Amino acid sequence: MNRLRFHPGRRLFFRALAGAGAVVLAGCDKLSRTQWFPKFLGNTEILTRKAQRTVMSRNSMAQEFPESARSPEFRSNGTAMPNNAQYKALAAGGFGAYRLEVGGLVEKPASFSLEELRAMPSRTQITRHDCVEGWSAIGKWKGVPLTAVLERVQPTAAARYAVFHCADPMENDGTSPYYESIDMDDAHHPQTILAYELNDKTLPIPNGAPIRLRVERQLGYKHAKYVMRIELVDSFEKIAGGRGGYWEDQGYEWYAGI
Amino acid sequence: MAQSSPGERSAKTYLYYRHKLPIRVMHWINVIALTILLMSGLNIFSAHPALYWGQSSYNGRAPILQIGSATDANDNIVGMTRVFGHSFVTTGVLGASKGSDGELMDRAFPSWLTIPNGRWLSMARQWHLFFAWLFVINGLCYVAYSIISRHLSRDLAPTGGELRSIGQSVVDHVHFRHPSGEDSKRYNVLQKIAYLIVIFVLLPLVILMGLAMSPGFDTVWPGWVDIFGGRQSARTIHFTVAWLLVAFVLIHVFEVIITGVWNNLRSMITGRYRVDTEVSNESP
Repeated sequence: MNRLRFHPGRRLFFRALAGAGAVVLAGCDKLSRTQWFPKFLGNTEILTRKAQRTVMSRNSMAQEFPESARSPEFRSNGTAMPNNAQYKALAAGGFGAYRLEVGGLVEKPASFSLEELRAMPSRTQITRHDCVEGWSAIGKWKGVPLTAVLERVQPTAAARYAVFHCADPMENDGTSPYYESIDMDDAHHPQTILAYELNDKTLPIPNGAPIRLRVERQLGYKHAKYVMRIELVDSFEKIAGGRGGYWEDQGYEWYAGI
Repeated sequence: MAQSSPGERSAKTYLYYRHKLPIRVMHWINVIALTILLMSGLNIFSAHPALYWGQSSYNGRAPILQIGSATDANDNIVGMTRVFGHSFVTTGVLGASKGSDGELMDRAFPSWLTIPNGRWLSMARQWHLFFAWLFVINGLCYVAYSIISRHLSRDLAPTGGELRSIGQSVVDHVHFRHPSGEDSKRYNVLQKIAYLIVIFVLLPLVILMGLAMSPGFDTVWPGWVDIFGGRQSARTIHFTVAWLLVAFVLIHVFEVIITGVWNNLRSMITGRYRVDTEVSNESP
């Protein structure tokens, strides 16, 4: 058992190892705070998107579930009531005065009332919502496929992204409205809908009333709540922080397929 | 180290080229990648420090594991861990631990165990996903190399005779008796089985369960995640296998230390392993 004894040299070695570990850890933290390193790590987002888009077909479908799999209550995360006077006035009127504006790189800009959206073709889907934090919830959504709305406004050939401008400010002083963006593949995906119902009831405010985007092949933060305006663009570089969404501007990936 | 008594035996010592360069390079890439994957993974876990079984987190059942914090009567923060309905106070390690300022704060895993140290989900994901790619590419290279170079068939596949001697090998390991001399040039049977389980079961499983959490990858074959119980089960398996890998690494490092830390380390750095053979002088 002689070889199991900890002699001073070995003890020193392990002490040095622990010290080196602490230095490396501090280094990792320093690297996280540089400009270049996160940018370097972020290259994997392109790799991930390309790899996923290669193994997924353009219209690969997210799993849909039976009624029995539904979560008893659909969790509300983030904003539960937008701190926005205009929105509050709309909500007080039962969203009767709400109009979804669709413009940007389109042939025929238009706006739609909730009644008009409800009169369009609809899709109902029971899907799993995966939050970037790690939890999942299953809910039944009914809404108008985004592709049906786009058909009305006819995006031009230059349109590459649909940007969703929302009513909820992310700062306490009422600034930094939430926004999100998806590419045309996801915009035309059959499960991408502008939802107005959750679990057979009118979409509640904590879950994004009156209109909430569902992009079932991506994480929860892409599913913009309180959508007020959809803008078709060829680039989102000039919008807010320039990274295509509120959370993207805080360092989250634009492609949230993983 | 075993010493030969003079007169009876004379020791012959030589350096044996045990690990080829690609294996050494891939081994150390793996060490870096797995360490960062574990530590950034624990940071990601801390964004929602609970594990569930099933497709969703909200199915009317309590989480299997939940790490959180509470405040006691004196307004002190207390770390709490609940496993299968049993609660434990885990202040200092889980649920509440000291930050860099020495103050107890509410966090699932202590900051020294996570990358980045503080709560920073987006950055932890960046580290995790980058090193996940590195780890997967490195692993694929390793498997391809091991097959082509016959490392797998020659060095890792146990022979029938070895499999029959498992019992003896277990007894030897329990008594910390390790192969010496010429035998130390080869992996022993328990070592082979452990490596094969890690390479072909645990590592593929941890990767697959990581992919199962991806809403994009889940659409490749809708419903495949249900084979493992659903997305939240996959997350639980991912977390569990990560700790099984930690257990493997602890045993691996322990064996490295007790069988000669410098010799083993050198063989994984320069490839050369010192073999001490004992030549008996008694034979006629």
